[in-house]
Amino acid sequence: MNPQHKLRLAVDIGGTFTDIVLVDTAGRALATNKTPTTPENPTIGALAGVDQALADANAEFDDVTGFIHGTTLATNALIERRGARVVSVTTKGFRDILEIAYERRYSQYDINLSKPDLIVSRDRCLTIGGRLNAKGEELIPLDVENVESLAAQIDACGAEAVAICLLHSYANPAHEQELAKQLADLRPDLVISISSDISPEAREFERLCTTVANAYVQPLMSQYLDDFAVQFKARGLSCPILMMTAGGGMTTLDTATRHPIRLVESGPAGGAILAAHIAAASGEDQVLSFDMGGTTAKLCLIDGFQPQTARNFEISRAARFIKGSGMPVRIPVLEMIEIGAGGGSIATLDRLGRLQVGPRSAGSEPGPAAFGKGGTEPTVTDADVVLGLIDPKRFAEGRLEIDKAAADQAISNQLGSITGDSSVSAAFGISEIVDESMASAGRMHAVESGKDLRARTMIAFGGNGPLHATRVARRAGVKRILIPRDPGVGSAVGFLVAPVSFEIVRSRYARLDDLDLAGLNAFFGEMLEQATTVVHTGAPKQRLTRRLSAFMRYHGQGHEIEISLPDRALTVADKPELKALFEEEYSRQFSRIVPGMQIEIMNWAVTVATLRSEVESTQEVSDQGSASPDHQREVVCDLTGEQVVADVYIRETLRPGMVVAGPALIIEPQTTTLVSTDFTARSNIAGTLILTQNEAPT
Amino acid sequence: MTSIANTRLQVMWNRLLAIVEEQGQALIRAAFSPIVRECGDISAGIFDFQGRMLAQAVTGTPGHINTMAEAVKTLRSRFDLQDMRPGDIYLTNDPWIASGHLNDFLLMMPVFHHDQIIGFTACTSHLVDLGGQGMGPEGTDIYDEGLLIPPCKLVSGGEIEPLLMDIIKANSREPVANEGDIYALVACCETGSERLIGMIEEFRLQDLCDLSEYIIETSRRGTLEAIAAVPNGVFSSTLQVDGSERPIELCAKLEVSNKGISIDFDGSSRCSGKGINVPLNYATAYSVFALRCIVGPDIPNNAGSLEPFKVVAPEGCILNAQPPAPVAMRHTIGQMTPDLVYGCLSQALPDLVPAEGASCMYDLPLRNTAEAILSGGTQFALELVYNGGTGARPKADGLSATAFPSGVWGSQVEMTEAVAPVLITKRELRQDSGGAGTYRGGLGQRIEMVSATNEDLLLFLSVDRIDNAARGRQGGKSGATGRIRIGRDGPDLPGKGTVRIPACETLIFETPGGGGFGDPADRSRDAVRRDLSHDLISDCHAAGYNGKSRA
Repeated sequence: MNPQHKLRLAVDIGGTFTDIVLVDTAGRALATNKTPTTPENPTIGALAGVDQALADANAEFDDVTGFIHGTTLATNALIERRGARVVSVTTKGFRDILEIAYERRYSQYDINLSKPDLIVSRDRCLTIGGRLNAKGEELIPLDVENVESLAAQIDACGAEAVAICLLHSYANPAHEQELAKQLADLRPDLVISISSDISPEAREFERLCTTVANAYVQPLMSQYLDDFAVQFKARGLSCPILMMTAGGGMTTLDTATRHPIRLVESGPAGGAILAAHIAAASGEDQVLSFDMGGTTAKLCLIDGFQPQTARNFEISRAARFIKGSGMPVRIPVLEMIEIGAGGGSIATLDRLGRLQVGPRSAGSEPGPAAFGKGGTEPTVTDADVVLGLIDPKRFAEGRLEIDKAAADQAISNQLGSITGDSSVSAAFGISEIVDESMASAGRMHAVESGKDLRARTMIAFGGNGPLHATRVARRAGVKRILIPRDPGVGSAVGFLVAPVSFEIVRSRYARLDDLDLAGLNAFFGEMLEQATTVVHTGAPKQRLTRRLSAFMRYHGQGHEIEISLPDRALTVADKPELKALFEEEYSRQFSRIVPGMQIEIMNWAVTVATLRSEVESTQEVSDQGSASPDHQREVVCDLTGEQVVADVYIRETLRPGMVVAGPALIIEPQTTTLVSTDFTARSNIAGTLILTQNEAPT
Repeated sequence: MTSIANTRLQVMWNRLLAIVEEQGQALIRAAFSPIVRECGDISAGIFDFQGRMLAQAVTGTPGHINTMAEAVKTLRSRFDLQDMRPGDIYLTNDPWIASGHLNDFLLMMPVFHHDQIIGFTACTSHLVDLGGQGMGPEGTDIYDEGLLIPPCKLVSGGEIEPLLMDIIKANSREPVANEGDIYALVACCETGSERLIGMIEEFRLQDLCDLSEYIIETSRRGTLEAIAAVPNGVFSSTLQVDGSERPIELCAKLEVSNKGISIDFDGSSRCSGKGINVPLNYATAYSVFALRCIVGPDIPNNAGSLEPFKVVAPEGCILNAQPPAPVAMRHTIGQMTPDLVYGCLSQALPDLVPAEGASCMYDLPLRNTAEAILSGGTQFALELVYNGGTGARPKADGLSATAFPSGVWGSQVEMTEAVAPVLITKRELRQDSGGAGTYRGGLGQRIEMVSATNEDLLLFLSVDRIDNAARGRQGGKSGATGRIRIGRDGPDLPGKGTVRIPACETLIFETPGGGGFGDPADRSRDAVRRDLSHDLISDCHAAGYNGKSRA
């Protein structure tokens, strides 16, 4: 092995493509590639891609000292229902936690809706005697007499995996642990997930769902991860493999095998991590990341270079993009709002003659009409072609021929009643509607988080992000946009800048006035030890950061806000400080406090992580004069709807500091950046494009 | 009109819909009332200069549909537009103007652009307590039920009227929460106003006139087209419900013409002496909601889409209660009106209208006893909600333990036990409670609960369908009635009244099932078998399906 070679490798297995990125110690990309995913055995595609990348960089497996892997396998297993046969075991008298759920319809006016399929049907919902109260005290001992008959019932269901969720186990895991142990003794082949391990938070419905989802993917993921590790080891990989999680951190194979549910949605998390990295490099404190692909757009708020996190996530929604129509899982995630707006989103007219765009998508087959693969329905990409924003000859490096006539025709045929004498006005309408819906989703997400979009800088990537960035930003009140280099392969690059981390959220109800400090300090000590052990296995000897927080609210409210706590044992003297911190954050979000109202705390969290990798900060470069365009194109101005002449630039020829005034298009292999008439672009030292909105004319 | 101008109007319409949703979210997040945060019992809307509603948030409960559209018109007409200044906000909780009981506060704010009023933003939210006898059916008139604030100015040029706030706080058991909720409402109006002005500036408009015409005309036309698909005619129906002192008969006559749909509640029983009477605005909200679930559900609520629906009732009948009738629990009967109007609509659209369901929510408000406090017990107040089954749909089974027509969320056991001294010992679906049919009614649920201490508990009941089951449609059978008792062998309790649950005794609270749809004999063998293997029905009940069984 060449000691100079301390290479790091990221493997992102998506539904269609497997992305590989190989970097050196300085983080410079030595090789990147995209190979088709091999769904039967995804490891095969990954091996092929990695072999290629190593060959391209003239390196060997032995040179690789860091290996990060993210996969959609768990997500897809949940969506496609390819997981194990699961039984649930809940407390006697509570067989119907899944059936009863929230008692709610997710769509107010839809009387014909179906509720989400929560994996375990009622005939596989079993119970066992025993009861704890909310403090974790035993009221009725676990019914050990009946564990054998429970095992027989599990056999009768033909189950491969068991999800155990007993009432109040977040406060005391003893019954769950005892039951799991006895079942494991009786049936050593059963895969068992217990809720106090997977999601130790109060609210039995979400905790059970999370445990069920974990049990459902566990056999599949455990087999896959084993095989993946064995195959790469056989090729000569000597470093440990770390797995990317939905929370934007990395974890060990062992933890991933126990908590496979945390692996869902790691790809999009990689994109947000990359955006956070760019934000740090550019010193952008308040950011909106905007990742627009072919089917969906994902938005994430990033403050202080840290993507916003959440504890809830919904999988396989019955009605796509409708909140509440999926299965809730409670895991640490980077909070992203996902909307059905991408290049392939289809435009239709509703019964009022109003133009609607998405969430239905033409996907990649047949794709937009302009792809000439048989698509006849007008899409966002077709609109962009008609508006002149996509150069038919240069799309996807010229590998895909764009058929403008087909785009025109799809729009005229389907949206005839509003096209008037040309398809341009309808194309303009498609753009306006889809851009407005993305901006609205962003504003709404900000409101729900108690934040404002208008002071933010947008970081746009994905195949369609740079093309729609100015149009969405203007509607969202955002005035500054960054377009990173290689905006098309964001996630895998993001993996390489993610920390090794583990987060635990645990319920323990308390009122601020009568906080049991000794108990709380011991409680935190336990969580910290657990999280540190996990992180140290993945990152031995590295320096760690720890974050402690409390989820606090006024008594009687339903919405909790997260307050950071000092990393030390709390004393009585800290109580006024905790109150002050809560009131500060509360008044930031709600413009006032509520004097005299009790403050209560439901959940406590710890995150242990390796230090963030060093970021080279990039200064902006002074004005280097106007860049010279490659050629010009007629485009439709997104402000006025009028035809204008736009300069067209080739991105790789733009030198730092060169100025591009809108209207202009900046072309690169995977995407095009639209510089609207009211924007000006320039490139910084790192090659990031910076678009700023011109001062409005008065 | 050029088509680009047309899409601009559409974009602005979408923007208005987004603004009201943002307003609604902001309000829910800051709210103190459990019914607001658990059920989204709020409303937010934007109105044009004439007071015509242009957009309304789709929130948790339908009780504010129409109500708000009418309420803002009324509130606006009480004041001289000349006297309105930027930063002013008007308020009322008059049940006959706002939303049917005192707890619902309505705020309205004029929106100024270049010193001219261009429109209004408004919002409604449910406050925790307004004094009087509190939220319960025991008041004998509106004066018993708490503080009524006639239309007045709450905020002048951005400053809250301190005396008014003091009065509201002085007349409440929960003054701090009320103050918090009022601030949330004020912020909601202001946010809406700020966003509306932002939109006006972004799109360089002078006023909302063109946009308003476009929204209202498009929606009216779409709604009339949807109504044209319903056969014309006059359809009558009656629904018997438990009531309080005596059973109540609800009557409706629904007339469908090319001009719209009208409902007349003539013939319905007179008011009750208890607070279950319903002001017409609330009865209208639920009736029109039910109709719009089937007729044009995809058209947003606004003055145009609501205009073709008319609801009338003779003054003094229980669905058009007049002051000073008590109305605190108007939802108990008000939420039964969808079943009533579906009885009419199903005659016109037999293949689209579901069977009757549990309909009224089964709330279970629990308090400590007065003497428990004296002896050092815990003071608490719990508002638990559990739902029954919905009626079977024309092509699918009803939903078990699911709210309809309201949108309330059920209460999770662990949260309940963490905040109050109760122990829930069972919460499961009630076998055989769904009405048999080609499609089965949704099942009710069974809750068992005891005091977690040695103190008694007080339960304030106001539920219906204890005596009157949800009926099936087209040959479908009725669902099970609700049943409430203390101890397995205890007598069945009536649905309204205060109950004392002695420590160590178990409250058994069973919610009703929904009615079935179509002849049970036509139910597929697979569906019967699945219901049996899932224990949703017993062998005995399965026999009712034409001899289909486990075999």
